[in-house]
Amino acid sequence: MSEPLLSVRGLTKHFRLEGSGLFEKGPTLKAVDDIDFDVAQGETLGLVGESGCGKSTTARLVLRLIEPTAGSVVFDGTDVLKCSKDELQKLRREMQMVFQDPMSSLNPRMSVGVSIAEPLRFHGLGNQIERFARARDFLEIVGLSTDYFDRLPHEFSGGQNQRVAIARALILRPKLVILDEPVSALDVSIRAQILKLLEELQRDFRLTYVFISHDLSVVKRFCERTAVLYLGKIVEIAESEKLYREPLHPYTQALIDAIPVPDPSNRNIVQRAGLEGDVPSPINPPSGCRFHTRCPKRMERCSTEAPPLQSVAPGHQVACFLYR
Amino acid sequence: MAEPILRVEGMKTQFKLRAGTLKAVDGISFTLEPGKVLCIVGESGSGKSVTAQSILRLVEPPGRVVEGRVLYRDKDLLTLSEREMERIRGDRICMVFQDPMTSLNPVFTIGEQIAEGLRAHQGLNRAAARARAIELLKLVGIPNPEARCDDYPHQFSGGMRQRALIAAAIACEPDILIADEPTTALDVTIQAQILKLLADLQRRLNSAMILITHDLGVVANLADQVLVMYAGRMAEYGDVQTVFRDPKHPYTVGLMNSIIRLEEPRDAELRSIPGAPLVPINPPPGCGFRFRCPKAIERCSQEAPEPRVDRQGHAFACHVAELNGAQA
Repeated sequence: MSEPLLSVRGLTKHFRLEGSGLFEKGPTLKAVDDIDFDVAQGETLGLVGESGCGKSTTARLVLRLIEPTAGSVVFDGTDVLKCSKDELQKLRREMQMVFQDPMSSLNPRMSVGVSIAEPLRFHGLGNQIERFARARDFLEIVGLSTDYFDRLPHEFSGGQNQRVAIARALILRPKLVILDEPVSALDVSIRAQILKLLEELQRDFRLTYVFISHDLSVVKRFCERTAVLYLGKIVEIAESEKLYREPLHPYTQALIDAIPVPDPSNRNIVQRAGLEGDVPSPINPPSGCRFHTRCPKRMERCSTEAPPLQSVAPGHQVACFLYR
Repeated sequence: MAEPILRVEGMKTQFKLRAGTLKAVDGISFTLEPGKVLCIVGESGSGKSVTAQSILRLVEPPGRVVEGRVLYRDKDLLTLSEREMERIRGDRICMVFQDPMTSLNPVFTIGEQIAEGLRAHQGLNRAAARARAIELLKLVGIPNPEARCDDYPHQFSGGMRQRALIAAAIACEPDILIADEPTTALDVTIQAQILKLLADLQRRLNSAMILITHDLGVVANLADQVLVMYAGRMAEYGDVQTVFRDPKHPYTVGLMNSIIRLEEPRDAELRSIPGAPLVPINPPPGCGFRFRCPKAIERCSQEAPEPRVDRQGHAFACHVAELNGAQA
């Protein structure tokens, strides 16, 4: 593999919560706890997991929208966490983000054309005529008519607004785009429209994606590699096809089994025993392996010792004592 | 075939808005048999939630049920007084909503909220209602129910809140349970637990259930019957095996094709339905799906197709499918 475009090492974010008394220290929420991953140029890496697993916090850390507690993020040879404000500003042109809910990420009183052009203005690129011309180009690129330039977000469907949000993210011609649940708020029948568009844009603009989702079937389909997160830790990372065919970590297996199969002759959820118990809170997470409280295969050492993420095959890493 | 417990006939619910009339539910009919599960499937704006609210008369102004009948045990719920309706709602027909946090009252304990229905509908005293609430919490899988009964909603996780709401809904052993996207706000592994719980309870109490969802995987797991809605109208209606094996309406076919299946290879084509769901405000004449339909013919823009029922009780409202059926 050539030099990765994005390289994350030991990334950690702890939030100190408020204590109950004036001088009392509050508990610590371990949102992201010592995670490592690389993303190659032109690749799509999926981050999948349930609420509290740290997938969205990871995205915000990579873009340095929040400051990490520890670790490093190297993007295209530059350490994002060490660079100055000016350098960061320049770097951010190359790293963009698309959020889950386009309605709340677009300004409701700004026409979609002006919204798309806004990042150009923010970074002081071109004059207004040039910026608006470029915004019109990008409306077409994401499959919307240039006639829509003056429309407001409320005149659009969810899918159309997501196209606008994508156009706005791409107008600066970034190298990396972080997609945070980009199709989760959309109707089933139009999800594939947006996924296809994202695939075309990746090819045309040679984009690298980090794709965050709770939906393993979407992640598996869209991403070459997938990292599974649980309570702030990566528990398994592999090529998506392999992760689905040979899931090793008991949590990955449970996530796959929990997806309701759309076939009435295979009632997989109601007929089979699933994972028991709730997702523990990331405040004071379980000791040892964080999954041990729900794991059907737990051993004695799992409650006291945390299994490190280790390679079991080329490109396939898992954090579980079953595979040591 | 058993005598249906609920029969909805030609129900129409409309909202008078500034932009025009939103025909949220536009002539829906179905029957529900005791102990069976009917899933209503559709996308945003399809009218599936308003259908549930209309049955329980929970539609708020400017919305109003303007036509149709909702027959429960030979009574038309739409003609009952509000007092009579209150006796049925929460007792014989109960509802579980999508977001458990907004449907629980934050200032009362979980136990009090479950006991409330028991005291109102079954005349239990405080102590008896509490004892029954604890039993119910145990039944829905809340660990240590004697203690958790006195917790407030914020002390429960999302999954536990949904369990508590289900406990409240089944407290009076209703004839009909209506669940509106009960697992959409939950994590995948918790969703699986709640679906399993709903299926177990429904079987155990032999209640009928109407489950509203957008997820065909959920439908396949729980439904006996499926009603597919599009823009306020019925697109297709039949038993779950038939609808999945042999979908007739192009919208149902499109929805099935849009499912991203885990077992498909990564390079398999991603399929979708072009365009976006129609919001039926002053809907144009003809079939609401024709703008997105790959098979639309001229007639589709002139008259809305009426539902046709074949001999197996499989119904669909589509001119093209009807023509194909005639040829076959």
